[in-house]
This record gives sequence, C-alpha cells and structure tokens, in this order.
Amino acid sequence: MQRGALDLWVGVFVMAGLGALVILALKVGNMGSFTAPESYTVYAEFENIGGLKPRAPVKSAGVVVGRVTGIEFDTQVYKARVRLDLDKRYPFSKDTSASVLTSGLLGEQYVGLETGADSVMLKDQDKITLTQSAVVLEKLIGQFLYGKAAEGGGTTEAPAK
Amino acid sequence: MMFGRNPLSVRGIGANTIDAIWRLGFAARFFGLTVTHSGTSLRRPRLVIREVYYTGVLSLIIIIVSGLFVGMVLGFQGYQTLNTYGSESALGVLVALSLVRELGPVVSALLFASRAGSAITAEVGLMKATEQLAAMEMMAVDPIARVMAPRFWAGVISMPLLAAMFSAMGVFGGYLVGVVLIGVDEGTFWSQMQAAVDVREDIMNGVIKSIVFGITISWIAVFEGYDAPPTAEGVSGATTRTVVTSSLAVLALDFVMTAFMFRGM
Repeated sequence: MQRGALDLWVGVFVMAGLGALVILALKVGNMGSFTAPESYTVYAEFENIGGLKPRAPVKSAGVVVGRVTGIEFDTQVYKARVRLDLDKRYPFSKDTSASVLTSGLLGEQYVGLETGADSVMLKDQDKITLTQSAVVLEKLIGQFLYGKAAEGGGTTEAPAK
Repeated sequence: MMFGRNPLSVRGIGANTIDAIWRLGFAARFFGLTVTHSGTSLRRPRLVIREVYYTGVLSLIIIIVSGLFVGMVLGFQGYQTLNTYGSESALGVLVALSLVRELGPVVSALLFASRAGSAITAEVGLMKATEQLAAMEMMAVDPIARVMAPRFWAGVISMPLLAAMFSAMGVFGGYLVGVVLIGVDEGTFWSQMQAAVDVREDIMNGVIKSIVFGITISWIAVFEGYDAPPTAEGVSGATTRTVVTSSLAVLALDFVMTAFMFRGM
C-alpha cells in the first residue's frame, strides 16, 4: 500500500518534469517554428556585415526562409563570407540579391533576399554575387554632417559676399 | 581537524592542506566506488524510486513556488528597464533566456542542495553514527551499493526534472506579471521568446548544466554523510559542509560551463 502510493507520486513527478521539458521546447523554444530539416547552403560575400551574427534569420518579403550558419573573413578578397542555410521549399533565382538589414531602428540584423528574374535557380554551395552591405550608423551620420556642413558653409558665405 | 594547534602556524597550514588533499582523494575514490557499485540500483529500481520520492517529489513544492516567484519578479524588474528603452516587447525573451540558461539550473540546484542534499547527508551520517552501515557490512550487504548508489542516482535523476519545472513555472510567472498584470501584448511576448530561445543552444545547455549540478550535489551529499564523524556534532558539521560546499561548487561550475557554452559570439 505504502509502496504503491510512493510509486504513484514518483510517476507523477517524472511525468511533470518531462512535461516541463516538452513545454520549454515547444512553447518557449523555437522547436515548433523554424527547424528546416531539408536545407541547401549558399554563400554571400559582403563588404561589411555590421552586427550580423550566426543564427540570425534570413528573410525574404519578411518571411523567414533560412538561417545564417557561419560568418568568416575571407583574406582572398578581404570581404566577409556569410554561409546561409535556406529551406529547400524556397528556391531562389541565380541573380538573387542579398543585403544586411536591420529590423526596427536598433533591432537585430538579418539577411534580406530579393529574388531576380533569372530562370536558373540557386543550387547547393552556390554563391550570391549581388550583395549590399549593412548600413553603418556612424558613416551615415558622418555623411549627413558633411552634407550639412557643405550646405551651411554655402549659406554663411553668401551674406558675406 | 587538529585541535590545540594554531591553524595559522606553518604546521597548522600544512596539516590542513594535507587533510584537504587527503579528503579530496578519498572523495574521488568514493565517487568511483559509487559508480562501479551502481549495478544493484539497476537491478532493483525500487531502491532508486524510493529515493526519488524523498529527494525529488518532496522538493516539488519549494521548486514550484520559488520558480513562480522568481519569474514574477523578473517580469516586474525586466519591464521596468525595458520600458525605459521602449522595448517591453522583449520581456518574454529576457524572462525565458535568463531562466532557461542560468536561473533555472542554478537556483533550483541551490534549493536542491539545501533541501535534499542536507537530508541525504544527515540520513547517511546518522546511519553511520548508529552503526547501521557497519551492521550491513556484517550481513555481507555492501552499504555503498545498497545505501549510497540509489541516493546518488536519485539526485542525478531528480535535478534536471526539477530545474525544468523551475524554468517552466518561471516563464509562467513572467507571463502572469508581464501579460496579465502589466498588459504587454501576448502575441509579441510569446513570438519574440520563441524566436530568441534555441532548443539546442539554450534549453539543452540548461539541461546539461542541471545534470552536472545533480551529479555534484548528490556526490558531495552522499560523501559527506559517509565521511561524517560518528557523533551528533560530526553529523551536524557534515550537513553544514554539504550545503556550503555544494552551493560553492554549483556556482563555480556554473561559471566554467557558462564560459564554455555562451562565450558571447
């Protein structure tokens, strides 16, 4: 009798523990959403990737179509070589362009893909040639300030003449 | 150990150091003995099930209540800070990542050490003090196989399950405060969380951490009980040492494992 009650409680305990793990995997983790068991790998070379990190999403038209699975620096061309694992369900044309974008003003960075018009599709281990680098905020502000200074210089000089 | 000798004298320091190394070696040998004498636990799972009841099931209440409250506090504090930057939609990410990666395994391990580890040490120590272990040996029953190994394995089994329940309750607590009480949007709370928490990188690493903590705490608890001087004073000292040593070991191991697992890509 005592043993039976004890076994029951231990059973409930183990079930609850495993249940908590399943809840964590499905509800908290991304097990339910993007897993991509079937994927193909393409590479893209960027002049500057900004703050892009491995595991960042690859999106096309806002839909997650893959993940960044590796970033390395290629000393042959002095560019960043980004490895993208894309879902097999989504083929992209050979002249697809890739750009490093930011979600929101200061949000996480992701790779955006825009498909081209070519009828030949990207294959496994292919390289995306059309790339656009990340927007670096400091450069942008620098350009803005230079532009303002040039403008301002023009207006302050005008009355002096 | 040596009374009447100044612990700060050269002889005292030397004696204490040798004593500590001797104990460490004995503990390592004891760990090996426990693992090699685990056959009985496999053949008679009833022994382990009984100990899972005492270490795991009876720790449920404290783990669930603490998890819930830690999650609710995280909800409040996280909202305060995130709201300053207008990014309260990341509340779910903050609550889930801090629980799954760190707080779940570590806090439940600290609770487990004080709730179950101390009980194991006191029980084994009293069995030794009342010569029950010696009596078993007289009857040709191996006390390590019959008493130590089931308690050790029960701790190893219970710890990850308790940590998972702590994290799940914590996320629920964060949801209660963030979504129900404060009114963060429910959709962004869950979807941002699911986008940021990775099953292998975050959840599995948390489970690995809690398994390591389970091994450490059970080992220390069983060893301290086995090594306790057979007096009332000795058992009380061993119980205290179990809680202190295993808490420090958990924190130190957590630092090492965190440095390996999340070295900040």
